[in-house]
Amino acid sequence: MNLLVNGKLRDVPAPMTVHRLLEWLELPTRGIAVEVNEQIVPRPRHVEHELSEGDRLEIMSLVGGG
Amino acid sequence: MSGNGAAAASDSLRLGNHVLSSRLIVGTGKYDSFESMRQSLALSGTDCITVAVRRERLYDERGQNILDAIDLARYILLPNTAGCYNAADAVRVARMGREILLSLENPGADWVKLEVLGDAKTLLPDPIELLVATEQLVSEGFQVLCYTSDDPVIARRLKKAGATAVMPAGSPIGSGQGVLNPNNIRIILEYLKDGDPDYPVIVDAGVGTASDVAIAMELGVDGVLLNTGIAHARDPLGMARAMKAACEAGRLAHLAGRIPKRLYATASSPEEGVIATRPYFNPGEKR
Repeated sequence: MNLLVNGKLRDVPAPMTVHRLLEWLELPTRGIAVEVNEQIVPRPRHVEHELSEGDRLEIMSLVGGG
Repeated sequence: MSGNGAAAASDSLRLGNHVLSSRLIVGTGKYDSFESMRQSLALSGTDCITVAVRRERLYDERGQNILDAIDLARYILLPNTAGCYNAADAVRVARMGREILLSLENPGADWVKLEVLGDAKTLLPDPIELLVATEQLVSEGFQVLCYTSDDPVIARRLKKAGATAVMPAGSPIGSGQGVLNPNNIRIILEYLKDGDPDYPVIVDAGVGTASDVAIAMELGVDGVLLNTGIAHARDPLGMARAMKAACEAGRLAHLAGRIPKRLYATASSPEEGVIATRPYFNPGEKR
């Protein structure tokens, strides 16, 4: 299915949860935040949150800043 | 985190639930390398550092992770909403910052340095969006530290909206001009600390060199937040040391109570018992 991840269209296998998507993208769960359709999906819900076709994801991390 | 040297261990800075022993808050942006950042932060003596929240970039061009250069047990992280131009975006980013810090188990997960910009060239805040974002985030349980201009009216509104701290800019972000309008900072201090002397007011933005920090602290602000002043100094490590000393010096001077400024001189040595004679007398003086 198609997902928009950090502004880029990605074709990912279905079904897919947030947790499995992070694994698929080779990202850790610590030190990042996941937003789906402008709503934060908290870390404890990553394993159960199922993603749908057309979902818009933002996966964020910390960078240097003032 | 214990107090150090000259600044008494009991002169700590209370910001919401957090107690900081240093009155400097230092940013993590713009350093030449993570190693330079790491050493500068350590030399500044700070216990609170700001970070930004961006689309996943866990590893930079050199394959390094900023978190490897930050001791999460030593510093409280203060996520900012830099780059946001409206309340809706700032609120989203603040929530993201909280979520990230929760995953890192850093105590900073409940607070945010709220920046809502109104203009890309000056990076001045948009006061209307800032107020809207403050109200929204306060209602979601955040401790909001507002980056604002030196307008006392907005500062008062932000405090009334529940901001944990108000942080007026000394001058535009990264501009290095220091505190351009000490009078407005003084008025903000007077208004916001009226009946509430411990309400935190922190100068945030525009610090260029150590004396800017000392001047801000002498005015009576509770702390200074800076980034570019250290990161882009010719010798960031040296400047970090200087900023630390200046913050302590300014704070001590403020607590010690300075002499007033006078138009005329007052001699430091006694007048009686002088053997010399004087050829000139001022109007009205006894000869």
